[in-house]
Amino acid sequence: MSCELGVASEDSQLPTRNSQLLSKMIDPNPKGEVWIFAEQEDEHLAETSLELCGKARELADRLGVKVGAILAGWNVRELSYRLIAHGVDRVYHVHDTRLEHYRTLMYARVVCQLIEKHKPQIVLYGATPLGRDLAPRVASEMRAGLTADCTDLAIGDYTDPRTKQTYSNLLLQIRPAFGGNIIATIINYDRWPQMATVREGVMRLGEGDPRRSGQIIEEKIQFNDFDQSVRLLERHREKRKVNLKGARIIVAGGGGVGSKENFALIHELAGALGAAVGASRAAVDSGFIGKEHQVGQTGTTVRPALYVACGISGAVQHRAGMEESAKIIAINWDKDAPIFGVAHYGIVGDLNKVIPMMIKAIKEKA
Amino acid sequence: MPYDTIVCVKQVPDTANITGEAMKADGTVNRAALPAIFNPEDLNALEAALQVRDGFGGTVTAITMGPLGACEVLRECLYRGADRVILISDRRAAASDTLATSYILSQAIRTVGKYDLVFCGRQAIDGDTAQVGPQLAEKLGIAQVTYFEKLVELSGRMMRARRNVGNGWELLEVKLPALVTVLDTANQPRPAAAKRVMKYKRARAALEVAAEVAKALPDAPAAQKEAEQARRVARLQSAGLLIEQWDLDRIKADLRWCGMSGSPTKVHRVQSLVLTKEGFTSVPPTEEGIRGMIRELIVDHTIG
Repeated sequence: MSCELGVASEDSQLPTRNSQLLSKMIDPNPKGEVWIFAEQEDEHLAETSLELCGKARELADRLGVKVGAILAGWNVRELSYRLIAHGVDRVYHVHDTRLEHYRTLMYARVVCQLIEKHKPQIVLYGATPLGRDLAPRVASEMRAGLTADCTDLAIGDYTDPRTKQTYSNLLLQIRPAFGGNIIATIINYDRWPQMATVREGVMRLGEGDPRRSGQIIEEKIQFNDFDQSVRLLERHREKRKVNLKGARIIVAGGGGVGSKENFALIHELAGALGAAVGASRAAVDSGFIGKEHQVGQTGTTVRPALYVACGISGAVQHRAGMEESAKIIAINWDKDAPIFGVAHYGIVGDLNKVIPMMIKAIKEKA
Repeated sequence: MPYDTIVCVKQVPDTANITGEAMKADGTVNRAALPAIFNPEDLNALEAALQVRDGFGGTVTAITMGPLGACEVLRECLYRGADRVILISDRRAAASDTLATSYILSQAIRTVGKYDLVFCGRQAIDGDTAQVGPQLAEKLGIAQVTYFEKLVELSGRMMRARRNVGNGWELLEVKLPALVTVLDTANQPRPAAAKRVMKYKRARAALEVAAEVAKALPDAPAAQKEAEQARRVARLQSAGLLIEQWDLDRIKADLRWCGMSGSPTKVHRVQSLVLTKEGFTSVPPTEEGIRGMIRELIVDHTIG
């Protein structure tokens, strides 16, 4: 391919290589496994990776293939058992001191070499800061398709409108686009693996079955000098704070929840939805929950995709902090509560009865 | 030492400010009614590049890929201090996904030649993919620093930079050249400089000149239009106001990797969301009522 060489960089000392010449594509391989990239940090698995296990299991069962997971790091082999419990059949484990902390080029080398060796048909990553740094680097090297930040995945067929050719059992990659105003379904029928990053908290987190069995396969990766050229000099992590601003779904409780003990209901519903927990000023002032959860004029202003207001009357100060939410569900005893004025779904009733019904409906996927 | 930087910028529809006027009767978005804006985080990328030049010397070259309307963001780059701007425009580049886009940009950057740093915004608001930066770095065979928040040190062929990874930060040391994707929290983009606006508001790309001539001389024979175009282009060039315009041949792009054929991902279907802000559904507090509501929220992808 002369085009890439024709205008090569002039500086001979650059740590570059011609990726176009080295990269390998994978042909469609319908027998290939469904893989997830198991993200870990400081020997803890990211919750989103466990969510992916469940989804990968579902897709693999539909395709009649196995689920694989890439687990790379230093002293993280133990995490394999959690992955297996959540539905993984084969853990491809890479143990290397140089992989202790995430570095893009090193991890991209791991993923690319394993893809070339085992030829999975699907590779899923969490749409975390790490996943969204790693996956495009891998996709470019493999010259494979990648869809960002999917909110749903399914298996389906596609007929090309021009050639009339039908491709069966493709990964349907579903994601919002255009500022969330459209939902697009993306497919990739010829340049595999089919890859996607998946939004955190959207796939349901299963309970895991510790009796499931699976294989752990030890892998060795060859790194070159360029892979090792970036140095991580300092690394600082904060304890995960309440992240109301970044939450896609918020379940908030107000004075109507009644007690600190009863606030467990709000946490339970939030858990079922993969949501953050918010609160009205009344709930915070009554000591049901900490101030860092407060939504409203004196707390945090939020605009999630879904806001569930439980036992919140909807004082103007609270509404100002949440009325821009794309969808609002209000649950309240009082049919005249002002919260219903900004809600899209209003449920007049006892939250102690309504919330368990919601949790049940969510778990059963309605 | 001076550093030559390249900034990749994009013109996007303003998806963040969808008003009533941009809505169609059926509640879906009328894209044509949305104003086209400078992708917000690309302004932060431009600012980061300008700060490197202000601090160390060197040049800032802005590149965009798009139709002639995209020249607007290039003029904005000139107003803020870019030294050189380049429009990559070619029909054969249409329908490029992130992979094909990154390939085309990589060929454009190779055509520019010498560079030390490439700056991109973290992501564009029309697709929110954040993929082109890392893919472009891979295509160029250079290291990437995503979620760039602060330049800590730049000396010789080495950069130290802080990146924000959501639950904390990291300090990385990379060899140059490298690619950086910039967060909106990294800096405060400078406004357009009045003097530069006065100078560069007349800057045009050849494509724009052709459109202007066609409008000014609608009934003139083709030869006359061409002559007028050539005259205007020459005048702009001598005044330093001609925006460079490159096609895929100029950047020696392999057409197999561009546009539709270079894009592994295809859009299977698109479903417009109907905004139901005005709608209110009263849900009975029963199992059936609640199941119905949850089902609706699953169908419209509000919940997974």
